[in-house]
Amino acid sequence: MASCGSACGSNCVAKVIEGEGERLKRLSLDEESSVRRCTKCGEEEARKDCNGLCAGCFRAYLYGKFKLAVTSNAMISPTDKVLVAFSGGPSSRVALEFIHEMQSKALISWDASNSQALPVFTVGVVFIEECAISGKPSDQVGQIRSIVSSLSPPSKDLHIVPIENVFPSDLRKLVNSINDATGREDFLRHLRMLSLQKVAFEHGYSKLVLGLSASAMARHVISATVKGQGYSLPADVQYVDTRWKVPVVLPIRDCLEHELVTLCYLESLKNVQVLDNPCTSINGLVSSFIARLREDNPSREHTILRTAGKLKPFNFNKFSSNQYEFVPSRLRPKFQVVENGEPNSPEVLCPICTSPLSATELASRTCARQMKGLNIKEVEAFFLSCCESCHFQILPKEETNISCEGFFELLPKPMVKRSLLRDEIKDYLLDYS
Amino acid sequence: METIQALEKVKRTTARVCSLCNQRKAALKRPKTLEQICIECFYNVFEDEIHRVIIENNLFKPGERVAIGASGGKDSTVLAYVLSELNRRHNYGLDLFLLSVDEGITGYRDDSLETVKRNELQYGLPLKIVSYKELYGWTMDEIVKAIGLKNNCTFCGVFRRQALDRGAALIQADKIVTGHNADDIAETVLLNILRGDIARLSRCTDITTGENGPIPRCKPFKYAYEKEIEVKTKSLTLSTYAYFKKLDYFSTECIYSPNAYRGFAREFIKDLERIRPSAILDIIRSGENFRISTTTRMPEQGTCQRCGYISSQKLCKACVLLDGLNRGLPKLGIGRKKECTRENSNNQEQIKRNPENKGPSLHSKHGNIEF
Repeated sequence: MASCGSACGSNCVAKVIEGEGERLKRLSLDEESSVRRCTKCGEEEARKDCNGLCAGCFRAYLYGKFKLAVTSNAMISPTDKVLVAFSGGPSSRVALEFIHEMQSKALISWDASNSQALPVFTVGVVFIEECAISGKPSDQVGQIRSIVSSLSPPSKDLHIVPIENVFPSDLRKLVNSINDATGREDFLRHLRMLSLQKVAFEHGYSKLVLGLSASAMARHVISATVKGQGYSLPADVQYVDTRWKVPVVLPIRDCLEHELVTLCYLESLKNVQVLDNPCTSINGLVSSFIARLREDNPSREHTILRTAGKLKPFNFNKFSSNQYEFVPSRLRPKFQVVENGEPNSPEVLCPICTSPLSATELASRTCARQMKGLNIKEVEAFFLSCCESCHFQILPKEETNISCEGFFELLPKPMVKRSLLRDEIKDYLLDYS
Repeated sequence: METIQALEKVKRTTARVCSLCNQRKAALKRPKTLEQICIECFYNVFEDEIHRVIIENNLFKPGERVAIGASGGKDSTVLAYVLSELNRRHNYGLDLFLLSVDEGITGYRDDSLETVKRNELQYGLPLKIVSYKELYGWTMDEIVKAIGLKNNCTFCGVFRRQALDRGAALIQADKIVTGHNADDIAETVLLNILRGDIARLSRCTDITTGENGPIPRCKPFKYAYEKEIEVKTKSLTLSTYAYFKKLDYFSTECIYSPNAYRGFAREFIKDLERIRPSAILDIIRSGENFRISTTTRMPEQGTCQRCGYISSQKLCKACVLLDGLNRGLPKLGIGRKKECTRENSNNQEQIKRNPENKGPSLHSKHGNIEF
């Protein structure tokens, strides 16, 4: 998932930013009348939107969550080359700031140490530009450049990638052929992830950082539940996701969106105005639902995320210990040995959304595939590889074969290759047995 | 020119013909599948689907005594009719009863029970009514006087669930069926995610719950949409209109929780259904596919030391609440940890308490979620 890149997310973020700014302006007037102390340091004045903390302690509180997530899940190692996905929104902006701070501190301690046995991890930034699909001219690129250049030393490579350059097909035609508004949004999100993966892989990055907040995760939990993706939902809400060539990590997964917006305001971190799209999809409905729940109870988003956290994660939701063999033992992170008696069978993933297919979906697809036999077309094989949700909201209906063929031709090659690769593996296994 | 007019006429006629029988005029668009079908085909499809759900899930065995939880509302009214009809048509061999709970809410439950009594006459099903007063010694009116309007749904939900079990035991029923439809179950899935209740999330989509207990509960309407049940209700109303000349189901909301019916989750589900009708079944499928992590500690089923009914604690929730009422401490069993700590000094028993419900916004129309 791209960081705060979806259409309804953009609308909610824009509204949150405006509302937050106005509220904080009013707060500054009321601040002098009733002075409360910070509950942690007791010196500075406590701010109302900072959980009873002052600005400094509030930032330390959020950075502490970030750092704990990074260390507990072994997200970044000294030899890593980290790519931060930056969309201009407050969540990815804070993620970028925190990664920069962690890198700066590591560099200082590296300079001070005598051994200098291990290097400090390097950081790159990527921004996916989507003018070709949205059809609106973008003045974001200049702002993105100035933000990234201000985060130095150490300097960071910035990759500004138009989404149509990554895939040579006519993407606008492809996206517009999807009738369902929700399917269109989800497909764009999948394209964004494909673009990020391509940039990360081609430039030799070893980790991809997404600035997804707890609020974005809560929205995704409800959205996935509503779309019938209860089986694959745990895959998307863990800290670590190694389904991809370049593993994806979510370091600010525990921070709420309005906290990140407040931090951007307090520290004058510059944001780029996100496009305001109308919300006619299920994702938009879920966003307004969660926003209403948050007004009723501010910790509701954490509750939703904690509930999803109790669902069973997949094998690709953790790093294997062999990736850290070259690191000295004192620096090697301690992996908890999960005593799973179940065999670690590899999950079959949907080629479009990379969600693991449930046993029911696999069984129905195997039956359908066997019925068609050797005469199955490449198009039909691809369609049978997709999950139920993508079938319903992204793939064209099978009533018109013309649109199926046309849709298949326009698909990005990495998506098609995913299903083909599995077919080759199956053929190879058949020959082996 | 005449040919064009004839083609237009044929086109207009074809567009309104039922898509199933291709004969009668299409009267409604089915919410679940968006097919244009006539009334007769809708009845057949609706009842056939319920029958298929019953057969595929092996809900009943021949000779079983089945208690139908009847509240007088449209769900249980349609359930009583459909079960009675399918039992006769497909020879399930079931001994069917109506089982009602009288909460003791003046002006609300007594009117709805009149509806159930009429259903008893119409369908020829024996009716058993159990009341809070006779089981617990308190009516809901008295409970509200003691505790106020806030949190009274907790008492009602806990008592009603156990009252159904007790009533079923009184008539020696083998199973209980309730009229929970797809909308209710989807709402429950969402609410359990919102409230962080992982134990209930793992079982709220089961079509039969309490299978290992003395009296299992079944939900034959698990995949039936509420809108379809409403259509069915109207047909039953019309068919009985000739005899009684009034609506034969009760649709007023509970007077003690007027805001609970239209909670956030229910509004959300209605909006979802408008955007994508299959979302309700998608939520249920998600609920069925959730796999709870083995590291999560789940409560163990046991029996209450005092009354012997199912409980995951030493004392069941009904006994805890009833004890509080009888001792003049109605908030016993309701409240946060601080209140627990304070009241622990007065009680020798160590009883875990659930956190207070966060206002009416998260209540469903059935009060507390007790699936």
